[in-house]
Amino acid sequence: MGESRSSLRRGFRVIAVLAAFSLVAAACGSSSSSSSSGGSSTSGSVANTASAPGITPTSILLGSHQPLTGPAAPGYSEIGPAIEAFFQYVNAHGGIYGRSVTFKYLDDGYNPANTVQVVRKLVLQDNVYAILGGLGTPTHTAVVDFLNQNKVPDIFVASGCNCWNEPKVHPYTYGWQPDYIIEGKVLGAYIKDHFAGMKVGVLYQNDDFGGGGLIGIKQMLPASQIVSAQPYDPTTLTNGLGTQVAALQAAGAQVVVLFTIPAATALALLSMAVLGYHPTTVSSSVSSDPTTLAGLVSNFSKGKVGASALNGLYTLNYLPMSSATSDPWMQLFLKIHSQYDSKEPVDGNMVYGMSMAYYFTLAMRAAGQNPTRQDLINAINSQGATWTGPGLAPLGYSATQHLGFMGSEVVQLNASGGATAVSPVYVTNVQGPVTTHASVEGPVPSWLQ
Amino acid sequence: MEESMVEAKPEPKQLPAAKQPQGLRRLFGQPLVRNIIVGVVALVLFYLLIGHLSQYRIYQLSQVGPYLIALVGLSVLTGQNGQISLGHGALMAIGAWTLTLMQLHTKSPLWLMLIASALVTMVFGALLGLVAARLRGPYLAGATLALALGLPDITTRYQSVFGGYQGLEVNQPNAPSFLGATATPTEWLAIIEMICVVVVMILFANLLRSRVGRKFRAVRDDEIATQVSGISVPRTQVLAFALSAAAAGLGGGLFALVSGNVSPGGYTVVLSISLLAAMVIGGSGTLAGAVWGSLIMVYVPGWATTLSQKLSLNQSVSANLALAIYGFLLVAIIMVAPVGVQGIVRLVIFKMRNLRKEPG
Repeated sequence: MGESRSSLRRGFRVIAVLAAFSLVAAACGSSSSSSSSGGSSTSGSVANTASAPGITPTSILLGSHQPLTGPAAPGYSEIGPAIEAFFQYVNAHGGIYGRSVTFKYLDDGYNPANTVQVVRKLVLQDNVYAILGGLGTPTHTAVVDFLNQNKVPDIFVASGCNCWNEPKVHPYTYGWQPDYIIEGKVLGAYIKDHFAGMKVGVLYQNDDFGGGGLIGIKQMLPASQIVSAQPYDPTTLTNGLGTQVAALQAAGAQVVVLFTIPAATALALLSMAVLGYHPTTVSSSVSSDPTTLAGLVSNFSKGKVGASALNGLYTLNYLPMSSATSDPWMQLFLKIHSQYDSKEPVDGNMVYGMSMAYYFTLAMRAAGQNPTRQDLINAINSQGATWTGPGLAPLGYSATQHLGFMGSEVVQLNASGGATAVSPVYVTNVQGPVTTHASVEGPVPSWLQ
Repeated sequence: MEESMVEAKPEPKQLPAAKQPQGLRRLFGQPLVRNIIVGVVALVLFYLLIGHLSQYRIYQLSQVGPYLIALVGLSVLTGQNGQISLGHGALMAIGAWTLTLMQLHTKSPLWLMLIASALVTMVFGALLGLVAARLRGPYLAGATLALALGLPDITTRYQSVFGGYQGLEVNQPNAPSFLGATATPTEWLAIIEMICVVVVMILFANLLRSRVGRKFRAVRDDEIATQVSGISVPRTQVLAFALSAAAAGLGGGLFALVSGNVSPGGYTVVLSISLLAAMVIGGSGTLAGAVWGSLIMVYVPGWATTLSQKLSLNQSVSANLALAIYGFLLVAIIMVAPVGVQGIVRLVIFKMRNLRKEPG
């Protein structure tokens, strides 16, 4: 009876809800149309144009995903601000072809599910020209296909996974730091040269980062020398690493190689102290920064242990040490830091971020005055291997290899938080032999002074 | 029957006495026919709408679908059957990995993978329902919470199968040629989702109007009276859990497609709790409430980020702002409008109609 009437009404109600739903979406949609105003030309014979998405005559928009919160935030949260500070300095010195660079980095909490969302926002909504320094192996893996499908330059991924060096599959993606297989090989070569015959144990993160390092180590050392390899998951770090460290101790490892993020390195060193276990420790460059490590050790031990826990730790270094105040690059970075980045500490993460921004600036300058996205790719492929700057090892870029620094030097940390180089620069690639070289660090160019 | 018992408004004043509706009107009066017509109209409107949206807006919109479908399931379970679940995020994860693993290891067509996501999760849901039927209130919440906490860890424990912390890649289907050469995978996914949403909404709307729906509500309202009437309370509860899980599984499968990736970080206990909060805020037990809830789940975090950027809030504050807003909305809604956003909408419509009917 009343049924048909009330059901009719209900039908309208459902329509009303759906209509409202559409309205909300449409209202949101209308605010997103991007506009670029042409016109203002800079000095020079050719005018600047809006030659690609994210590029206007006066600006370049870059995006990135960074762990500003979450398990990887300690230390790494400083990289985004350092990159931004370097670009602010470049902007104050005339920009790139007169364009000022805006670097927009969003927090993904080191969670791949978030990375997917923030990168889509940067590419589809903000229309960035390129993604620069997207941080993390598990996180960036979740977006690398999306970026390449959309032909967005995915420059200098802040992760040493060998998986960024696949130009046939991912032509728009470039690694930057030495990949983890290379790091494993360099550490293996150093152990072979200096700790021959000693029992080696490995503590590694259970993903492409730790797994890559393990591959490199195994390439350099006989299987019998590696007595134990213990994995851990970054999500379970709250449980500590006591089990894994005890297993390494039980296996009698005299040298322990750490393929661990800084928080895990600090936990492992503390577990060793608790267990009275004192092996020679060797770490990948991921945990090479004494400032970050000392802070974490002090934090986890509630102030009982400080930088002394790091004493004697061997690690890798492919950029100037942040304590090397006589280095011309460090002098530049310190100047930029005091002007634009003074809220963040001076440490290896700052050097990392500013160095990366410098190499990107080189790439952008090489791409030409009015670059398309493809011009940037072509510039890195054809000229990238010749670029020098703060890096100690040569870059491996070509059309068939998207590899960044091809090696590093070994340094040893001391109790005061400083570090001394204990080897020349080891250079290699994924398959080739390991050779030693002098540093290729170049001078600071005049346009940055 | 009304689609919700919560709605009980006195107003059948002027009925056209003993006059049967005829012809087309009568056909449109059939719930199933009417729902299908509404669904098709909604689909067409949606197709026209996405033609005007940017890729990002379509992507954002296509995140609504999976949540909407999962919320329909949760809303029926809680609002119609009176069972609580803090584990629907984990059920979504089961659907998501089902689809991903099928895509990785078989060459199944998309529709089969989506149905499998729903069915596999339904089996898990039935098992969970067997446990749930023995538990009440906080014990049931605890048991389902355990699922939400434990399940993501299985993916890191058996890394070689489930991909670990990094998760697995999911390939997005390419748009079919009949949508035109310029149609992107994002648009195609949005359309697939809208089809799924319409189908699920029609199925559940009819289910709730049927005998099964009445059984659900009977169990919710008085278990003893239901038992006395010869209806098996546990069996009804298991059925409700299984159907609810099927919806969550389908939502999870779609979510994997939209994200292009499945990883445990996307299906934490936070997701389960957000679903529950969104269900209550939207309007528990109503299908339209699920629409509001899913819109809130997608758009509130985005607005929260924009807001915290404008106010340049501390990172640790802004990372949690969305959850804080949920919490605030939840408290406010429970105090002001226990039937959620949909309750408010109904009230407004009701008031406006009465105003119009007032003479003079």
